[in-house]
Amino acid sequence: MSKDNQILEELTSKEYEHGWSVNYEADEAPVGLNEDIIRWISAKKEEPQWLLEWRLKAFKTWQSMTEPEWANVHYPKVDFQALKYYSAPKQNSKPKSLDEVDPELLAIYERLGISLNEQKRLQGIAVDAVLDSVSVATTFKGTLSKLGIIFCSFSEAVKEHPELVKKYLGSVVPMTDNYYAALNSAVFSDGSFCYIPKGVRCPMELSTYFRINAANTGQFERTLIVAEEESYVSYLEGCTAPQRDENQLHAAVVEIYAAAHAEVKYSTVQNWFPGDKEGKGGIYNFVTKRGICAGDFSKISWTQVETGSAVTWKYPSCILKGDNSIGEFYSVAVTNNYQQADTGTKMIHIGKNTKSRIVSKGISAGKSQNSYRGQVQVMKRADNARNFSQCDSLLMGDRCGAHTFPYIDIQNPSAKVEHEATTSKIGEDQIFYCNQRGIATEDAVALIVNGYAKEVLNQLPMEFAVEAQKLLALTLEGSVG
Amino acid sequence: MSTLTKQDTFNSILEGAPKNFESERTLAKESYFAQGLPALKAEEYKFTSIAKKLEQTIENFSSAQAFEVSDELVKSSIYPGFEGNVLVFSNGKFLPELSSNIEGLEISALSEKPETAIGSIAKVEKDAFAALNQASFVDGAFISVPKKSQVEKPFLLLSFNKSNEGQVIQPRIWIEAGDFAEVTFIDQSVDLSETSYFLNKVIEIKGGVNTHIRYYRIQNEGKNSIEVSNIETDIQQDSRFTSVNISLSGDMVRNNLNLNLLGSNSEGNMYGLYLLNGKTHVDNHTNVDHTIPHAESNELYKGILADQSRGVFNGKIFVRQDAQKTNAFQQNNNILLSEDAVVNTKPQLEIWADDVKCSHGCTTGQLDEEALFYLQARGIDKTQAKGLLLYAFAGEVLEHIEEDSFREYCISLVQERLGSKF
Repeated sequence: MSKDNQILEELTSKEYEHGWSVNYEADEAPVGLNEDIIRWISAKKEEPQWLLEWRLKAFKTWQSMTEPEWANVHYPKVDFQALKYYSAPKQNSKPKSLDEVDPELLAIYERLGISLNEQKRLQGIAVDAVLDSVSVATTFKGTLSKLGIIFCSFSEAVKEHPELVKKYLGSVVPMTDNYYAALNSAVFSDGSFCYIPKGVRCPMELSTYFRINAANTGQFERTLIVAEEESYVSYLEGCTAPQRDENQLHAAVVEIYAAAHAEVKYSTVQNWFPGDKEGKGGIYNFVTKRGICAGDFSKISWTQVETGSAVTWKYPSCILKGDNSIGEFYSVAVTNNYQQADTGTKMIHIGKNTKSRIVSKGISAGKSQNSYRGQVQVMKRADNARNFSQCDSLLMGDRCGAHTFPYIDIQNPSAKVEHEATTSKIGEDQIFYCNQRGIATEDAVALIVNGYAKEVLNQLPMEFAVEAQKLLALTLEGSVG
Repeated sequence: MSTLTKQDTFNSILEGAPKNFESERTLAKESYFAQGLPALKAEEYKFTSIAKKLEQTIENFSSAQAFEVSDELVKSSIYPGFEGNVLVFSNGKFLPELSSNIEGLEISALSEKPETAIGSIAKVEKDAFAALNQASFVDGAFISVPKKSQVEKPFLLLSFNKSNEGQVIQPRIWIEAGDFAEVTFIDQSVDLSETSYFLNKVIEIKGGVNTHIRYYRIQNEGKNSIEVSNIETDIQQDSRFTSVNISLSGDMVRNNLNLNLLGSNSEGNMYGLYLLNGKTHVDNHTNVDHTIPHAESNELYKGILADQSRGVFNGKIFVRQDAQKTNAFQQNNNILLSEDAVVNTKPQLEIWADDVKCSHGCTTGQLDEEALFYLQARGIDKTQAKGLLLYAFAGEVLEHIEEDSFREYCISLVQERLGSKF
């Protein structure tokens, strides 16, 4: 037992690797939230009138909504008036190329291990780096634009491709969708925009890296991915934040639109600051992610590795509207200390012969609470819909919890829906088996956890899989209950 | 909140409640008013809006009083092949003169046992309908099975329900089984109503150490019943509780079946079958609360849905922090036979202990085409083949009924339904 305690101690004392912050001159909005702030943000970003009106409408909607309380998480309420809704590093003028980006900003990303210096980069990943409220740099733009792919920050997209933004913004996640989506619609500052034209297969992974640096700010980014017919794109998202005592709010919206025969793969490695071992500080991660398989034979695949955030509230969903479309959801959610995660997915089968697959692996340690909440809905018209869901939970330590809330709503007799869930701890026999073969308990746990999560990790692009595995090991190394 | 307006009409019922169990009734009344009827989007009643249903079908509520039941009616209502003790109820009121008199057992009207701790098991704050019942039930029964008595023959709880337009029938039964007791209850209702009515039932079962309690229930009342039942059981160390619930008809039926495992080495089994047609809506909510280490629970609910019927299943397994070494299994399978049938299922696990084995599974689908073909290739016509396959599907639940005569009866009902309907 003492050995276990010692190992647990080591684990819980593990510091958050990305907990530093950098002082740079920032351009910030005043504290508080009202119509003037929204006008201020909109003006700052030199937005067209229609977008400002859209924001104001969203703000009105948000004001009429109440904070959702159904999720299985408990946290002190966010004071929306005490936050700053815009914070941007000061740059004299918009940089034309990477060479003009403030080297201090580039250094921040260097420190995170995200190289923005594209020449030196071996793997072909195009990165859009978002620091606090704005996008600081986007790499590989030139290469991509030759193929007709648009990959840029959201503000740039608003300026340069207003017709596309206008067409798709809010088409998948309407501003009235939920409390945080409405808030995001009102105050979103930046994010990434990605457009893959018809028949183009994006040759490299596209990636956004989010970093919260400033204190007392909320981060509200918006990502919009449009994949035209017969196109393919794989998109990665990563995030970190400095270690601060107070909770910070992150409320993002991700929208994906897939036309006929298009395929979008969206992977997230979420590593926001989870709070310290007493549960102090950490990010509130309230995210709305949704994709629509609008065309026939389209496919959207979500993969997420959730290791950070004090409170996570996130349900990447697929609306399977086109016939024969496919939705996938792969998730590993790890919670430790006082973290709380309520995450899962929604698969809405509307078209005929639609298929969905859900694999969710929860791992809870310390005093954390990990919930899977998912919905599989088969509408009346969705003949021959097929779903398979599996959600497993692994418990480490006797003070944590694992919960499963699957909703299965079927309105079509030809649907085949299966759901299974298990909850258990790491078997003593499994550990014993490893010990017997000379593998130390700690390594055995890492081995078993990695094996347990493998089905999901395998779905990640290679570069991310490495990071995800490292993260898993870091969060759980030795936490044998 | 439009769904709460029924409260006004319930007020007359609340006011008219008998003057006994005063503190319990007051507590329940307060709790009922604090909760209100479950609103339209209330999580627990998400798919089964009883409040809305009551609003639509019933104008004014009043408490249904007991009516006279003849001996012949009782005799003709007992299912064929039954051998055992019969306890007769008329609109929830216990009728001792028509019931079997069993030596050694204490059975009486609930009003004669004012010291009974009603509401200590089915707690009012858990469910507004349980609170409504506790606040305003007319009378019920008290059944006590003493220590070490093994009652070989089953008890048939035979309820006759007759209501005029919009009446509320609120049966309430308290069952206690002493240590080492073994007893079987079969719950059956006979519906004599012509119009819609609201049945709001509460049964509390308190088991001692090393008891074995079986509770079988068949819901085969008329098409008019809007029904909510709260059946809650506490069992102690080394005990076993088995329930089998067969639902065949009703307008809108909601069954809350709660089991609290309070002693180690206890075992809870819950089985259910719902064969629905027409516009019947059946909602089974089960909740197993594992509070102590080394307990086990098994759950199997199966449904076959035809026409415009709707089946809801919500199974919750709650494993508390101290309940290490828990084994809990839960399964829900559904077959949809028509375009308009709907299934909503939510097998839910809430686990706060780490050394447990819990699993749940649920499937929704249709009959296996290959199995059908296999049977047809062997000369069995399609209708018959379908019936056979459906019967095999349902049989898995029926085989858990240990009481032979009741199992045979249920099998005959199920076969009749599958043969005639499908």
